[in-house]
Amino acid sequence: MSKKVFHVMFDDEEKLMHSAEGLVEKGIKVKDVYSPFPIHGLDPIIGVKRTRLAIASFMYASTGTALALLGMWYFMISDWPMNIGGKPSFSLIENLPAFIPVTFEFSVLCGAHGMAITYLLRNGTLPGVPASNPDPRTTDDKFVMEITTDENHSMSSEDIEALVRDTDMIELSIKDYE
Amino acid sequence: MQKEAAIREPLILGDKSYKDITDDVVGPIEGPAPRTWKLLITIAGLVAFYGVGCILYLIGTGIGVWGLNKTVGWAWDITNFVWWVGIGHAGTLISAVLLLFRQKWRMAINRSAEAMTIFAVIMAAIFPGIHMGRIWCAYWVFPLPNQFGSLWVNFNSPLLWDVFAISTYFSVSLVFWYIGLIPDFATIRDRMVKPLPKKIYGILAFGWSGRAKNWTRFEEVSLVLAGIATPLVFSVHSIVSMDFATSVIPGWHTTIFPPYFVSGAVFSGFAMVQTLLLIMRKAMNLENYIHVRHVEYMNIVIIVTGSIVGVAYLTELFISWYSGVEYESYAFINRFSGPYSWSYWIMMTCNVISPQLFWVKKWRRSLTFTFVLSIVVNIGMWFERYVIIVTSIHRDYNPSSWGEFHATSIDIGIFVGTIGIFSTLFLLFARFFPVLALNELKSILKSSGENFKKLHHTDNH
Repeated sequence: MSKKVFHVMFDDEEKLMHSAEGLVEKGIKVKDVYSPFPIHGLDPIIGVKRTRLAIASFMYASTGTALALLGMWYFMISDWPMNIGGKPSFSLIENLPAFIPVTFEFSVLCGAHGMAITYLLRNGTLPGVPASNPDPRTTDDKFVMEITTDENHSMSSEDIEALVRDTDMIELSIKDYE
Repeated sequence: MQKEAAIREPLILGDKSYKDITDDVVGPIEGPAPRTWKLLITIAGLVAFYGVGCILYLIGTGIGVWGLNKTVGWAWDITNFVWWVGIGHAGTLISAVLLLFRQKWRMAINRSAEAMTIFAVIMAAIFPGIHMGRIWCAYWVFPLPNQFGSLWVNFNSPLLWDVFAISTYFSVSLVFWYIGLIPDFATIRDRMVKPLPKKIYGILAFGWSGRAKNWTRFEEVSLVLAGIATPLVFSVHSIVSMDFATSVIPGWHTTIFPPYFVSGAVFSGFAMVQTLLLIMRKAMNLENYIHVRHVEYMNIVIIVTGSIVGVAYLTELFISWYSGVEYESYAFINRFSGPYSWSYWIMMTCNVISPQLFWVKKWRRSLTFTFVLSIVVNIGMWFERYVIIVTSIHRDYNPSSWGEFHATSIDIGIFVGTIGIFSTLFLLFARFFPVLALNELKSILKSSGENFKKLHHTDNH
């Protein structure tokens, strides 16, 4: 049996959301949605889980905090202590107040960049990557729902097509794929 | 979907659809460059060219070509540095702090304000760089292993904190800006017909496809970056102020500096946003997106921060007398009555009196008045830094070493040159980049668009 992918196009995000709700109720698994802007409330309907990027960012930032403190301890306390205006230079804890700004900045630096890089890698959005949206209008004003027969084994492609045609959609494209 | 009160003024005027938003913003990029743009970029480019020439002359000859002397060792260079960093603060404040407060009016202005931030911080970074004299040794500010010991940089010094603060601020703002730009570059990529621009925007868009999961991550990243950029904004200018506040110079040695500098930065930054956007909205026909309501909101921020700055001026004046320290009081008496009193009174007029005029609703909502006042505030904030820096050090504890500072043509040339470089960069941005955050504007069209608001109104009654 050939595998089919359905691209169902809508001209309004609310119509798409209601249709997705209806289709999911009827047992169809929606693979993905392509939209020109984030549609709030869609994620729970089509089963997109919450991202863990914020946790990753916290971990990067904590690494930054630790690295900054370790570095400053090595530079200023361990390797070459300097007497600058009589400021305490013989233990990290005594010298700590002066180290807070750099510790903060470095934590932010690591947290922000670590998260940004992780975000780009997880999205697969990197310089030179070709676009994968099924229709160029999805970055302008159209909304496309992607349904595959691969993820809906219990239904025939004709059943899916019938259900999909029943929604508020404006265009439907069915393609075979491997 | 979010609803908004019917009496609230719409943020997007006119009968707009999603497609119209794309057309209005991407249209100017696709078309040929307008003549005014060509004229402006020629002027800006020439000024920038002159500035670069002055910088090269300075690097080749030494910082003696500035008007600095033994008494006044810091003058226009640091004034310009602090001025540009301050201007840079509005962008992150708009995109980060206003995002956390869910201020939707930010969406029309955040993209260009962030661009302004990035260019302003680049301009700021020029000044400490060239002030080093031997700019080829600039990498010495970083803690790199070296053959002097290793002798490390001094982490007790606010000047080094500044290195970390400014570089973090610049790179985090750049990342924040670019992450927001990716989906909009994708919009341009999918519209472009000519192969070369299509290819270039395709590379810039990183292959963005707008999948549901991508958008979830996008929103999370924006929120978290806003969350960590907010304390960053406040820390950066606090650290800049500590360059002065941790010294023992009367007039600099005050604990009020960090909050006073931060609000001054936001104040001048919003003034610069007004100056730029009032021109841009007209030149690029964006009157439906950036309109009187947006300008009024920004003017309210200017009243608040301008009043904080005014209170800070008066507080330091009072404390200089109340402290009973004669050097401290002399520093301030000298400010308002000494040889530089003209700059003090320019500062007081531009920064304390002028923002108070915005209490009048009619003036606050007048675009011409706002434009004029935004330039007045920019001038005033430049003089604030000049007053703080030059008047505090030109007469120190020892009267035999008192002196004065006179700007040379190179001082002026480099400052004007940075305005030229900044304008060139901003004009290039306005020509080739999506100047409004398309994806964000589309997401508020239904709740804050004029046509949709009318529709809801008639539905409900």
